[in-house]
Amino acid sequence: MCLGVPGKIVEKYEKGGLQMAKVDFGGVFREACLAYVPEANVGEYCIIHVGFAISLLSESEANETLDLLKQIGTFEEEIGQG
Amino acid sequence: MKYVDEYRSAPLVKGVIQEIRRTVTRPWTLMEICGGQTHAIVRHGIDQLLPPEIELVHGPGCPVCVTPLELIDKALEIASQPDVMFCSYGEMLRVPGSGRDLFSVKAQGGDVRVVYSPLDAVALAEKNPGKEVVFFAIGFETTAPPNVMSVLHAQRLGLTNYSVLVSHVCVPPAIRAILSSPDHRVQSFLLAGHVNAVMGYHEYSSLLDEFHIPMVVTGFEPLDIVQGILKAVQLLEAGKIEIANAYSRAVTFDGLRPAQDSIHQVFMECDRTWRGIGVIPMSGWCLRPEFDRFNAEKRFDVGTIKTQESSLCIAGQILQGLKKPHDCPAFGVECMPESPLGATMVSSEGACAAYYKYKR
Repeated sequence: MCLGVPGKIVEKYEKGGLQMAKVDFGGVFREACLAYVPEANVGEYCIIHVGFAISLLSESEANETLDLLKQIGTFEEEIGQG
Repeated sequence: MKYVDEYRSAPLVKGVIQEIRRTVTRPWTLMEICGGQTHAIVRHGIDQLLPPEIELVHGPGCPVCVTPLELIDKALEIASQPDVMFCSYGEMLRVPGSGRDLFSVKAQGGDVRVVYSPLDAVALAEKNPGKEVVFFAIGFETTAPPNVMSVLHAQRLGLTNYSVLVSHVCVPPAIRAILSSPDHRVQSFLLAGHVNAVMGYHEYSSLLDEFHIPMVVTGFEPLDIVQGILKAVQLLEAGKIEIANAYSRAVTFDGLRPAQDSIHQVFMECDRTWRGIGVIPMSGWCLRPEFDRFNAEKRFDVGTIKTQESSLCIAGQILQGLKKPHDCPAFGVECMPESPLGATMVSSEGACAAYYKYKR
């Protein structure tokens, strides 16, 4: 139930007084409510949970973490080769 | 897909697991709070790839599993009433009440609807003014912002036929209850990342002061989980008592302030019964009195409910990390996903369902 799926905001609009968005989940499109993450822009990614954006994903944080984890992997390869 | 594929990279996961092997020097027991993480761990075989020193025990973070039997029975009573359109997340439909479930109410003619979002339930109320639309608002902190927004939106629309049956619980009081048990074995927690996306992780500092164990905010993809485990092992090995954030792309220290404000506008803290565990003081949320007209428990008189739990099911001990599904004599025998004795066998976050599905 706490599962959230990252999706890309492709369109923002208002519906019934709520900030909504069309969200692309790898080719499957669904509507989500942006009431809690109104600053999310088209092209950015959010975690969507039961039809609501609950987090605007940080690309810089994501890249930093991945770089760090890739270094661990590379270190492993070097040890393996040595 | 971005933010998914790279976190399922086998070489990267393998690299982190190697780093865990290099770091660990003695046995450690970690608990992943969230049942979604339990399923990812078992599904991807992460538990079998870890060095033998590390044991993962599974936590209570399965909202469907901990929703108290009395409230399920209330839901069944309300859903059985004429002119009621009872809306629920799909997971709740097969959760056993005292002798029946929402599916059987639907089979007997009850108007039970599965919704994807609570706003879908509000839309049904708007379209069906002659019906009482009731939404079963269950969940942890992650699901609270959507659930409270449905109440605020219904209020804004002036709806008088929408109400919520609330069963909301929170992670920090559950951690306190687990660590207060004399039998507990947990030395570090992998926190439920999406709970922290909403709430941040500032409220966990007092738990660190009280119980002196490290915790790691952890995501849900395989790479997130092994990264969380690595961080926990590093903290444990170094004897450091702190909260680390291994899900920084989605979680900040403060969390989602607008969501927290809405939660506190609609909900207040209250005691909650956790199915199989018992009452945990101030462990959940209920509607503030000013939202009484949206409170299904006030709108519907369902009389006195006499609950009857299966005598075989040990879900409560599993949810506290004291036992594993295999320890239950009914597992896979009397209790299976199509005929569950307890909610942990139903949910996509239940530990028993994970062990059954992935043949552990």
